[in-house]
Amino acid sequence: MSFETKLKEGIFCIPECNECKKIVWPPAEFCNHCFGIVSLKEGDFEAKIIEFSSKNEQYFCIVEFEKTFRIIATISKTPNIGQSVKISKCGISDGNYFFVVI
Amino acid sequence: MAKIGIIGYGITPFTKDDKKIESILLDSAKELFKNNQKINRDDIDAVLVSTNNNSKYLSPILSEMAGIQPKIAHSIENLCNSGTNSIVSAYSYIASGLADLVLVTGAERYDSPGSVLDWDNSRGEYKHPIFWASLFAKSYKREFNISDEQLALVSVKNHKQAKENPNALSNKTYTIEDVMNSKKITEDLRLLDCSRSCTGSSSIILGSEEKVKELSENPVWITGIGQKTTSAGFTKNTSFSSMESTKQACETALKMSKKNIENVNVAEIHDAFSVCEPMALESLGFINEGHGMDIIKELHLTNNFKINPRGGLIGCGHPLGATGIAQTIEITQQLQSNANKRQVDDANVGLIHNMSAAATSSTVLVLEK
Ligand SMILES: [Zn+2]
Repeated sequence: MSFETKLKEGIFCIPECNECKKIVWPPAEFCNHCFGIVSLKEGDFEAKIIEFSSKNEQYFCIVEFEKTFRIIATISKTPNIGQSVKISKCGISDGNYFFVVI
Repeated sequence: MAKIGIIGYGITPFTKDDKKIESILLDSAKELFKNNQKINRDDIDAVLVSTNNNSKYLSPILSEMAGIQPKIAHSIENLCNSGTNSIVSAYSYIASGLADLVLVTGAERYDSPGSVLDWDNSRGEYKHPIFWASLFAKSYKREFNISDEQLALVSVKNHKQAKENPNALSNKTYTIEDVMNSKKITEDLRLLDCSRSCTGSSSIILGSEEKVKELSENPVWITGIGQKTTSAGFTKNTSFSSMESTKQACETALKMSKKNIENVNVAEIHDAFSVCEPMALESLGFINEGHGMDIIKELHLTNNFKINPRGGLIGCGHPLGATGIAQTIEITQQLQSNANKRQVDDANVGLIHNMSAAATSSTVLVLEK
């Protein structure tokens, strides 16, 4: 199963190297540290808001997972720096990944 | 170390014209040969094309249209700093001895595919540059207690300077109020805070010391080069209020030229968005973090064109592949005391800062008389 296949099903996974256990982000088949095979961790991961802005009243924010990697996600309520969030919805639409956090 | 310099250049006005990339390329190359009659096209060893355009083998095409049969002919692309990447490649060909005379031509259409980064999926649906720029602006304003009104001065200054540049896309001046009242694109960016995509072309010809002495009466030397790429993804940036790749590239370039930032008399800065100018000035070491706007304010009030004399990307427009070359041409004109109403006093050392992909990649060049 690839990260994208899972994402299409609305499941957000964290890719981790089988050999050195490092998180490999962006998702890839092989680890960019040791070239080991990468597998996917499923879970209810927590992230922290690093920065945010908004366009047409719609907030978007950078969130950080496991103090290692970040994504840009949509959030409906006014965000705060340092706030803990979780992914509530994700997927692929028109070829673009999308992430929503609450 | 071999001395490598700039022999001549050609540049044409940046526009919104809908033209074929091949004719856009030829526009500035033609201008270059018109301005530099001593150059024999048979002596050109390499033709490098800088563009994000998807057309193939543009260097052989340009070469054929310009009557050149080079040994080396290919394109170079790295988004917004393709232009300076091409100049660095030209420098390297000459330094290695593979070439003595290299033509570098950059061109872009207003609808360039280079502005949206498809690979960087960590950005989710927020792939347009205005999203990273908004996050930079928000972060910079928060960290250093800077207001939107203060940042608006970058656009006011650069449009004012662009008005003295006949090749700039903009020919208008604006007040702080105009910038503040321009269309709000995001919470942190207004239309006049942004550089605009456009159609444009710029060409430069580099040569070995011998060629420069033979062909130029007013030589300008490339004495420092620094480049750094920290990642391809925006979210890998370690800071959203400073530019790590710029810091490293500048350190390398100054070390190579044996200069300090205090020695730089004139600089072209990659102001893709207003917030980029103070951030870059700080990361280049012109001033401490959080104080970039102090320099900008003082220069504006004293009508000193030291930073972005041609009007920056905000005033000139941003034809991606042509921008870094246009910046280098401006510094060349400044060092040759040939910049007309934009001329900065006592310009002996100039610096070019050209970056791409939300400051994940930077090039810094140092030029001297
Ligand atoms: Zn590994």
